[in-house]
Amino acid sequence: MNDPILQVIDLQKRFPVYGPWGRLRKPKYFINAVDHVFFNLFEGETYGLVGESGSGKTTTGRTILGLNNSDGGQVIYQGVDLMSLEPREFKQYRRDMQLVFQDPYSSLNPRKRVGALLEEPLIIHKIGNQKERQEKVFETLDIVGLQPEHYFRFPHEFSGGQRQRIGLARALIINPNIVVCDEPVSALDVSIQAQILNLLMKLQKELKLTMIFITHDISVVRHISNRIGVMYLGNIVEEALTDDLFLKPLHPYTKALFSAVPDFLKDPNQKSRKILKGEIPSNAMQITGCPFHHRCPQATDFCVAEKPVMREIEPQHFVACHYV
Amino acid sequence: METIKQKENINEIRNRLLNQQRKLQRRKILSNRSLLIGALILLAMVLIAVLAPFIAPYSPSDMNVPNRLMPPSAQHLLGTDEFGRDLLTRVMYGARVSMFVGLAVSILSSVFGLIIGLYASYFKTLDHILMRISDGLIAIPGILLAIALMAALGGSIWNVVIALTVVFTPSIARVVRSSAVVIREQAYIEAVYMQGAGHFRILWGNIAPNVLSPLLIQATFIFASAILSEAALSFLGAGIPAPEPSWGNILQASKLVINKAWWVAVFPGVMLILSVLSLNLLGDGLRDYFDPHISARNK
Repeated sequence: MNDPILQVIDLQKRFPVYGPWGRLRKPKYFINAVDHVFFNLFEGETYGLVGESGSGKTTTGRTILGLNNSDGGQVIYQGVDLMSLEPREFKQYRRDMQLVFQDPYSSLNPRKRVGALLEEPLIIHKIGNQKERQEKVFETLDIVGLQPEHYFRFPHEFSGGQRQRIGLARALIINPNIVVCDEPVSALDVSIQAQILNLLMKLQKELKLTMIFITHDISVVRHISNRIGVMYLGNIVEEALTDDLFLKPLHPYTKALFSAVPDFLKDPNQKSRKILKGEIPSNAMQITGCPFHHRCPQATDFCVAEKPVMREIEPQHFVACHYV
Repeated sequence: METIKQKENINEIRNRLLNQQRKLQRRKILSNRSLLIGALILLAMVLIAVLAPFIAPYSPSDMNVPNRLMPPSAQHLLGTDEFGRDLLTRVMYGARVSMFVGLAVSILSSVFGLIIGLYASYFKTLDHILMRISDGLIAIPGILLAIALMAALGGSIWNVVIALTVVFTPSIARVVRSSAVVIREQAYIEAVYMQGAGHFRILWGNIAPNVLSPLLIQATFIFASAILSEAALSFLGAGIPAPEPSWGNILQASKLVINKAWWVAVFPGVMLILSVLSLNLLGDGLRDYFDPHISARNK
């Protein structure tokens, strides 16, 4: 296989929690939101990151984009470790990496007309003169399926789906290589979700984008991704091509996650579902051993003692479990 | 190409949309009664102030001692003061002082308040320094601070403007900072940061337009407060020096003759009340105008 376009190596991010003294004293403890994440991103693919709330998938995406600083690890892009860059040096790489936000309502400036909103990234990166920029804006509006007259409208005049198209246009207008989609459809209703997903897939093919697609929705991720990484408590526990993963989930957490999706055609009484016991443990404490040992039906003392590493069980199918 | 064909009528579309938006705005303004009344009274005040040299029947310094303390009559519509000067003329010229001080103070303190508030909201260390200074200034009663500054600077109209700007800037800075802190955390600010925008673009291009409406509302109230404070300063003898008419020093002079000549006290007082009332109405109207919840309810 060819070289990855983006390599994420041992990425860590923890958030400090302060006591009653606030920032005057040292933090009481840390929340380990991203805890040793590794993955590679290959050109032209869609890499899905799935996991339940609090598993660190959004934080992973934001840290890669430099929206919060990391606490260890590397993100290698074009031979450069992005995490070691100063904000000023990071700027030139921002052109290649864009984010599509989750909430289309709060991510568009209410005081700007759509035209000005879309032109801003072009001005920031000093692309073209005024006329060329305007042309590019109209072109991009067309690409994402909006009308030229929308150029002069304010964001509040649009529906959620249209707003997400604007958000998409804003991310695509400077021709990025990598687009991180942070739950881009979870704020939309189901019929609009399908429209936006199909648009995303069409654009990816046409513009040869590489995407990281972050979601908690199993059916969405299955529809759109080539490869999937399953996250649990800040770790990727299983990674495989989409078809392999759905055909043969190996990690006990992946199995439980998939079985949580109701399928009334195959199993009308929902008897074969494996329901996990307990809650996701707090990631405030330092977890020893396998992050999943608290809830795993197959856990043994060995799982508590030693953290499993990712092993390639089948070609391109990696699992972090001692008993697979 | 299709986009080129679309571009031909893009101006047409643009004009149609802008007209539509303008029409909506006009309807919104016309249905807002306090905004309308406030603006009308204020407009009248400003017109009086601007046109005073042309419409005033006498000169403000013309003394006519035999006619001193005349009650309102056809010759002197609002009567005369203790030196026989025409009160209508003096009240009109007083409006000049009040409107100038109010406008200058609200503009200057808005500009400084906007700069201070924006930078304080964005840079942590600067925030602590600037906000402690402004807390200190707010802690001193405004009128006392203004009197102290006037005592140091000496009485003149520009010094009144400077003193009142110092008094009112901290409260504007507070308002701007508190809205800017909220807006800084919005996802759309994060979006422009993610695209690689610098501090200047984020602050002035994206945060500032969103704090303008609370700023404008606050500025109209500052306008009213500045008019009142100027009158108070002049009344106390720390503002505009005597021969030049201002509502404050007319009121001060009226104090000695109030038993014989009520009109000298009443008319500048009424003007003061009207101008402050109009500004407060205007401010309330603007608040309704900018508040999306209220306008939705009215529809």
